Amino acid sequence: MQNQWLYIGLFLVIGVIVPIVPLLASRFLAPHKPNPIKQSTYECGIETVGESWVQFKSQYYIYALVFLVFDVETVFLFPWALALQKLAIFAVLEGILFILILLAGLTFAWRKGLLEWA
Amino acid sequence: MTFWNDPINFLAEWLRGVFMGWGMAASPANAVTDIIGIVVMILFSMGIAILLVWVERKVVARFQDRLGPNRIGPYGLFQPFADIVKLIIKEDITPDGADKLVFNMAPVISLASVILIWAVVPLASKIYGVDLNVAVLYLVAVGSFGTLSVIMAGWASNNKYALIGAFRMVATMISYEIPMVVALLIPTIIAGTMSVKGITQAQSGIWFVILSPLGLLLFLICAIAELGRSPFDLNEAESEIVAGFHIEYTGMKFGLFYAGELLHAFTFGGFMAVFFFGGYGGFFGLEKLSAFTWLSNPFIQLVVFLIKALIGYWVIMWVKYSMPRIRIDHMLLFNWKFLTPLAFVLLMMTALVDKLLAPTNFYVLGMFLSNVLFAWIVIEILRAYSKRERSVTVEPAEPVAQAAHH
Repeated sequence: MQNQWLYIGLFLVIGVIVPIVPLLASRFLAPHKPNPIKQSTYECGIETVGESWVQFKSQYYIYALVFLVFDVETVFLFPWALALQKLAIFAVLEGILFILILLAGLTFAWRKGLLEWA
Repeated sequence: MTFWNDPINFLAEWLRGVFMGWGMAASPANAVTDIIGIVVMILFSMGIAILLVWVERKVVARFQDRLGPNRIGPYGLFQPFADIVKLIIKEDITPDGADKLVFNMAPVISLASVILIWAVVPLASKIYGVDLNVAVLYLVAVGSFGTLSVIMAGWASNNKYALIGAFRMVATMISYEIPMVVALLIPTIIAGTMSVKGITQAQSGIWFVILSPLGLLLFLICAIAELGRSPFDLNEAESEIVAGFHIEYTGMKFGLFYAGELLHAFTFGGFMAVFFFGGYGGFFGLEKLSAFTWLSNPFIQLVVFLIKALIGYWVIMWVKYSMPRIRIDHMLLFNWKFLTPLAFVLLMMTALVDKLLAPTNFYVLGMFLSNVLFAWIVIEILRAYSKRERSVTVEPAEPVAQAAHH
């Protein structure tokens, strides 16, 4: 194939169609007799109380923020890692300095107690 | 070019000829051939997923001192087919109040995300979907779709257990993604390329597991966490939240989640083989000798790759069935206070040693010894830390049974 990303696009389309085929087969072959008891929310036999879509623990949000910083920064490291053999030793040390700044950020979050699950 | 030394291109040429013979123009004939190739590749991966259902059930049975499936076909080999038929004819229940569109999309995305990874899996030097030059990044990006499907399933089910499972999965994903990417940077540094085929070829002399054993360990831990398998299976902890995110799924929709998880685990086994164990090749230069040229045959390479991937998959299963589940705060602390700093320091060390020793003769030895030294320092730090922890722990209270005797 001339264009690799066209190939990936075709792969995506067919890759979505393939899981849908057994679902369609199931739609035609399986029985469909809904009733309120059957469709009630499963909670080990106890009637469910209140809403399911609730507010969640804010700690997840803080972890997500720390993650976001790191994930964006690690993407910058890929070009550096690729070109490592062609770089001057100065540029390699620059990359290491970059990682050290990242780790300083982690230490800051650590000392601030953001990583505690409390 | 014969069928035996280049099967895929041989068949593609032949198909193209057939289509042209029917009066098709060149470009639609190429497109149809490519589509057939993609369908074959996906069906091959689905075939592996079906086989894995049997492997997984048989292995877990052995770990738990049971027999496992043994009724249908020899050694129960046809059990997965019976399972598929059963799942297809089961009633599909959508719970009350579920977000129907998202609820139905989640299992499809779950399986599709794993299938998409197979576009870059190099099965042999001449059997692969596409040789992307950014395959490592592609692997990370596509892998995140699986997590997305878990969140969609958990949120759309309108079920508290499912929601808790989805939250935990988010926590696992966002935590272990970082050391995972760093672990993938290490083979990239050593090979100097992001193409999986290039990384495989870079290991024809020496496997990267020798150059960076800690990188492999890091990748294995993060792969298990990314898969949501034990000991990181908090997203479907049976004893607390029954089945977690897929609690409300029935019939074939559950089947898609199941197949997706198994295939994902196998794919990670395959990537362990590609990044650290030489993938389809890596015979230490043996294939250059005239007596061993048959090692370069695509079929031999395919078998070698599948064996290596199955061994990786088996290790993931081994961990899964031997380890108890850990608590969510322990899981997050283990990552943020241990794995992430460790990964970055390992990355710095690998980059420095690689840069300084690459032109010298001590490259392999230096890389290996620096890893050993690093591991020793980490273990010493951990030992000192646990000693300090032990000295501050108060004496446990007198056991109740003994107190009753007084």
